[in-house]
Amino acid sequence: MFPYRHGIALLILVFTAGCGESPWNNPYPAAAAGDNVLYTSFSERPKHLDPVQSYAENEYAFIANIYQPPLQYHYLKRPYELIPFGAETVPRPAYLDAAGKPLPDTVPAERVAYSEYVISIRKGVRYQPHPALAVDTAGKPLYHALSAAELRGIDTLADFKHTGTRELEAGDYVHQIKRLAHPRLHSPILQLMTEYVVGLKELAATLAAESAALPEHAMIDLTQHQLEGVRLIDRHTYAIRVRGKYPQFAYWLAMPFFAPVPPEADRFYGQPGMAQKNITLDWYPLGTGPYMLTVNNPNRQMVLARNPYYQGETYPAEGEPQDQAHGLLADAGKPLPFIDKVVFSLEKEQIPYWNKFLQGYYDASGIASDTFDQAVQFSGQGDVTLSEDMIRRGIRLQTSLATSVFYLGFNMLDPVVGDADGRGGERTRKLRQAISIAVDQEEFISIFRNGRGVPAHGPIPPGIFGYREPDAEGINPYVYEWRNGQPQRKSIEQAKRLLAEAGYPNGRDAKTGQPLLLHLDTTSSGADSKARLDWYIRQLQKLGVQLVIRATDFNRLQDKLRRGTAQLYFLGWNADYPDPENFLFLLHGPQGRAKTQGENASNYRNPEFDQLFDRMKHMANGAERQAIIDRMVALLRHDAPWVWSFFPKDYTLHHAWVHNRKPNQIANNGLKYQRLEPALRAEKRRLWNPPVIWPLALITVLLVLGALPAIAAYRRRERRTAVVEPQ
Amino acid sequence: MMPFRFEWLWSDALVWLLVAGAVGLALYTRVRPHLRAPWARVARSSSGMAAATVLVPFVLVGLLDSLHYRAALPSQDGKVAYATAVRSVLDLALEPLRATREKTYSAPFATHLYTKETVQLPDGREARVYPRLRHGGAHLADPHADRGRDVALRAFRGLAFAVVLWLVVVIGVCAMRARHTAADIESVWRDIWRGRSNVPWRAVFCALGLMGVVIGPVMALAPHYHVLGTDKVGQDVLYQALKSIRTGLVIGTLATLVMLPFALVLGVMAGYFKGRVDDAIQYLYTTLSSIPGVLLIAAAVLMMQVYIENHPELFPSTEIRADVRLLALCVILGVTSWTGLCRLLRGEVLKLREMEYIQAAHAFGVSHWRIMMRHLTPNVMHIVMIALVMDFSGLVLAEAVLSYVGVGVDPSMISFGTMINSARLEMAREPMVWWSLAAAFIFMLTLVLAANLFADSVRDAFDPRLIIEGGRP
Amino acid sequence: MTAYIIRRLIYGALVLVGVNVLTFALFFFVNSPDDVARAQLGAKRVTPEAVEKWKRERGYHKPLFLNEKESGIGRVTETVFFDKSVRLFVFDFGASDQGRNIGYDISTRMWPSLAVQVPAFVIGLAVYITFALLMAFFRATYIDFWGVVLCVLMMSISALFYIIGGQFIFGKLWNLVPISGYDGGFDAIKFLIVPVLIGVISGIGGNARWYRTIFLEEINKDYVRTARAKGLSEVRVLFRHVLQNAMIPILTGVVVVIPLLFMGALITESFFGIPGLGSYTIDAISQQDFAIVRAMVFLGSVLYIIGLILTDISYTLVDPRVRFT
Repeated sequence: MFPYRHGIALLILVFTAGCGESPWNNPYPAAAAGDNVLYTSFSERPKHLDPVQSYAENEYAFIANIYQPPLQYHYLKRPYELIPFGAETVPRPAYLDAAGKPLPDTVPAERVAYSEYVISIRKGVRYQPHPALAVDTAGKPLYHALSAAELRGIDTLADFKHTGTRELEAGDYVHQIKRLAHPRLHSPILQLMTEYVVGLKELAATLAAESAALPEHAMIDLTQHQLEGVRLIDRHTYAIRVRGKYPQFAYWLAMPFFAPVPPEADRFYGQPGMAQKNITLDWYPLGTGPYMLTVNNPNRQMVLARNPYYQGETYPAEGEPQDQAHGLLADAGKPLPFIDKVVFSLEKEQIPYWNKFLQGYYDASGIASDTFDQAVQFSGQGDVTLSEDMIRRGIRLQTSLATSVFYLGFNMLDPVVGDADGRGGERTRKLRQAISIAVDQEEFISIFRNGRGVPAHGPIPPGIFGYREPDAEGINPYVYEWRNGQPQRKSIEQAKRLLAEAGYPNGRDAKTGQPLLLHLDTTSSGADSKARLDWYIRQLQKLGVQLVIRATDFNRLQDKLRRGTAQLYFLGWNADYPDPENFLFLLHGPQGRAKTQGENASNYRNPEFDQLFDRMKHMANGAERQAIIDRMVALLRHDAPWVWSFFPKDYTLHHAWVHNRKPNQIANNGLKYQRLEPALRAEKRRLWNPPVIWPLALITVLLVLGALPAIAAYRRRERRTAVVEPQ
Repeated sequence: MMPFRFEWLWSDALVWLLVAGAVGLALYTRVRPHLRAPWARVARSSSGMAAATVLVPFVLVGLLDSLHYRAALPSQDGKVAYATAVRSVLDLALEPLRATREKTYSAPFATHLYTKETVQLPDGREARVYPRLRHGGAHLADPHADRGRDVALRAFRGLAFAVVLWLVVVIGVCAMRARHTAADIESVWRDIWRGRSNVPWRAVFCALGLMGVVIGPVMALAPHYHVLGTDKVGQDVLYQALKSIRTGLVIGTLATLVMLPFALVLGVMAGYFKGRVDDAIQYLYTTLSSIPGVLLIAAAVLMMQVYIENHPELFPSTEIRADVRLLALCVILGVTSWTGLCRLLRGEVLKLREMEYIQAAHAFGVSHWRIMMRHLTPNVMHIVMIALVMDFSGLVLAEAVLSYVGVGVDPSMISFGTMINSARLEMAREPMVWWSLAAAFIFMLTLVLAANLFADSVRDAFDPRLIIEGGRP
Repeated sequence: MTAYIIRRLIYGALVLVGVNVLTFALFFFVNSPDDVARAQLGAKRVTPEAVEKWKRERGYHKPLFLNEKESGIGRVTETVFFDKSVRLFVFDFGASDQGRNIGYDISTRMWPSLAVQVPAFVIGLAVYITFALLMAFFRATYIDFWGVVLCVLMMSISALFYIIGGQFIFGKLWNLVPISGYDGGFDAIKFLIVPVLIGVISGIGGNARWYRTIFLEEINKDYVRTARAKGLSEVRVLFRHVLQNAMIPILTGVVVVIPLLFMGALITESFFGIPGLGSYTIDAISQQDFAIVRAMVFLGSVLYIIGLILTDISYTLVDPRVRFT
């Protein structure tokens, strides 16, 4: 039998070959041990890599390093600051009235009809080598009119022999904005952007009509269409006209939605037969950024390699005060990127990931992965220490507060916990406040998040303008009180009193005597979901309130919220951009989920809040804006449409050979700043992974010993059968 | 006013129905020698009887856990209201385990938490120490010095109690045998000890003794220590392991049972009528068995979830929802394992229908229905019996795998699968948390091993030639 | 023979129709097309229009089974069911709900699955039969007894423990092999050793015991006694007579499994990060990607039916007396 005997021969071969330099358990080719390659992981196949479609963190981990939107966030500075990336400078909007005449900057927001952003892009930027840009000697594109015969034998992008490049032009940025309206691409921000970008809605309608008329899979040529609000000024300049005053637009310009895509890409990928082979822009990006995707096997490995044409960006020379001490400024002024290649390996299970990290086969822990941090015990209460062994290995730890918030929301449309008007009457408000006190966030953080979080006193997380430290002034006075120089959760007695005032003494309906029954809808996934659900039940039991939990999947939960039939639900929100508007809009009345499918899942509505929101939205950060936000947060704390739960804290670990890592919660393009010491890594890997061979020897010996009596018995038996027949 | 109200979950009802059926069958069998014979053969197998002895406490725990009630809330102006939480009699018995919750992980027999915490010392300074547990070893004044002695003492007391109890049982059995056979106790004992008794009492006593050695000390220690440690939220792992037993038993038995009528009726019909009916039934089970089991189960479990989601009013508490999902899982596991039994029955009936007495019944114009009911079904019951016991262990193992994949029992239900699922993340902790996994391993191994051994002896007793592969999906 | 196989093939096709109807009903009962659309479009900022558009593009906007608006044949063909199921019969799996070509994915992912499954199957079969023969040879001795005890013990341990334990011991404790991952070509071997080993070991208990029962059944038959009486050595008896005559029951259990090796091992693959069809299926279940699951169900059923037919054919090869008409 072939596989059997050869299998053993191969086994021996592998084990003897393994005795060389590289440890046996090295999952990577031994030849690559000394290369300047960063090893990291991805847990799930990214759904979209097309910059108009992609909207998830695990996708941005790739494309934020491939595409080059006009702006980016400063790597080291906090609070987050926008700096130019594809653009020459950060554009300042020019305000125009309805007739298109310029207005002074000081004009009130109501009078601004349009804001215009004129963006001039950097010159000499070049695309990564790509077959879509390949041209023949005559300058004609090589691969834009492929026949079925030419496509035969081509399964991946790498099968195209020739590649080409060209200079980045402003027109590519314009082309991408048009792509937002493409009817077949379903950009998640199209709906939002049609409200702001002039002419986008009309373009979307035109394109939809054209798409309906065309046969299936036929290409829509965007270059034939004009977008009213976006104009090309010259080869390196374009302008975007936005309705009203919308300061947050600059943040959108730092997202891949506004990165350049050459029209050649659409022409190339739009050819018949390409989609059938999974050769699409959604899968093979084409950008100008520091890296390009060279291996694209979502079943195993994705590899980003340095874009050979990328140049001109250097490591920042400024940062936060402590950055100097942490060695984060040592490379100031050196050209980016440092690392030649980044290998992302598929790692779905957390345990292998963690163990490989400890063995030195991953250079850093992922910042976004939640269970990874659960897997390692840091300490009970927020203070972070590494275990002795990890310190000995030179593993370093960094923490940062995520720009996210988790909350336990009340559906304000529910008659028990809310009220039809969406604001909630006095009675239900007290019920909500009582529950807010009873749910002990500090304990939750300590048990379930390993101390990775801080209790929330409002919707705005730290690091975002408008956040206030929970000091004597800043605490949520309805849930906490200020004692001994720190916020203390109010006693459960106070909560019970509130509950009695709400009409449920001891958790029983004062009128009927029936126990108060509440329903919590939550997703239940992960290993400790049972413990978590039990924990919630116990929290409300403290008040005598009976909680029934409906664990469900994410789709069902969303569906329920959309129909407005949930009562309590647990959700989180991850910032799109570092602005308080991106958090407060989650409670903006006109964006109620049940009515308008907005993001306000609680369906909270408070006219004063909504009015303040509209004012706050357009303001520049400053004392005035802070005052309005303070008032808004005060309203929210009083009305308690959410139980303010916690702001997650991210821990990230990295090995001693990785340099220049600083967690950035908003941007995902940090790869280019990082630097490696491959020699140190190779040495440590050898040191940490000596194969243990004696058990194998022991097992062999045991097997042989075990066989001996059997052989003896066999001999005996054969002798016996020769003489007499048994049985 | 009653301080509680019985809550009959669907699976409870079926479990007790099964018990009633088993009792009825036993009574029916008792007076019929030809039916008793195979059971007598089971009783003569040492491994079978030892396994049965081990299974008894599992079944008892499972049954206690199948009596659910809802406690009354403290009365208020005479109106009675009951808590929404459904508890079982087992919870009541294990109250000392259930209620003694620690903050988070603690190792078996620990007196301190497994993780350090910052605490304020009496002199106002802060220090990072392992805090004392709230319950585990809380009675010790100086845990470091006293724990070893205390544990040993209590374990010894438990052991002594177990030994006494064991002796009582042994002497009792010997005395009864002695009276029955009119021999003196000593000779009965000698016979048993030398393995000469008809029923292998020696094996039973050995198994009983082994269990006493384990259970005695554990029962003595459990109220004072976390014998198997605590999990992430400080829940006693021993309690969880005991609660998992019912889930395993319910799945192992009900899955075969709920689909039994279908398998029986269709199998017998296919074998008896042959022709078109046979073709249709064969088509049905070929279709069902050609769908990969896990996918079918996944689809069905998801479907059940949707139903539960859309009809929240039918499932007022977490326990009821979990129970319905458990039952759904049983049904779908039954559907996937049903086809094998149906095929066996069909084959057997094909053979039987050519027998003379059936042909004779035909000739006398006995109706088809009657032939199937009176003459065929009783004669294939041994196959059903064997399938029931043989499938049991496979189903218990399958539950663990399915829960692990996420299409098993409700995550709020304690089961071996959910225990393993949460325990595997703990393996990566530094330092490692191993006791949850170890507990699940030991309990599952004991249960499945005993079930396998028992199943073997049942098969040997009923029809040793029948080859049934284990019920792994 | 040919006629028989053709009949079986037609029957197999009928079974596949049944499988399709069943899974289709199940899956659309679970998830309305709206759910599918929302799951695929992501969580943030999904509008009803986008959902509608998505459904239209993938043909999910049509009625499920019967189109009342159409007339004639269109009533049946202009439905989601017809669109999505009938194409399967020509192995056109179409695009997954995420928009990737399923056929392509299957064709690339089946190799890692086979790389684990085929060695595990072949080595496993050799090991199991060897063990069973040994036990049969030493029947009624302490070797047989402890062999059976060991088998029962091993089959009482959940496969999960084998996987968790194997990975922990070989990968973490002894540093012998990479903990998880996969690579093409010969580099794959270091990743495959432990999964294959686990596949073999976890099956020893049940299989060795099962084969032992089959062998013992044969050993007690008259012709074996005759052979022995002729003075043949026990080893010859076992190999020449028992093994050969036990082939039919062995084939019944084994041949059916061979085509299903393609489908991969569900948990092992996802645990060891092997990009095969098993982990593909698990992912599809957890992401509720109906198109992939449907394709896998269909593939699984096809392979099962092939297995059944192969079993029949293998009988004739092993035992020339078996003829099909």
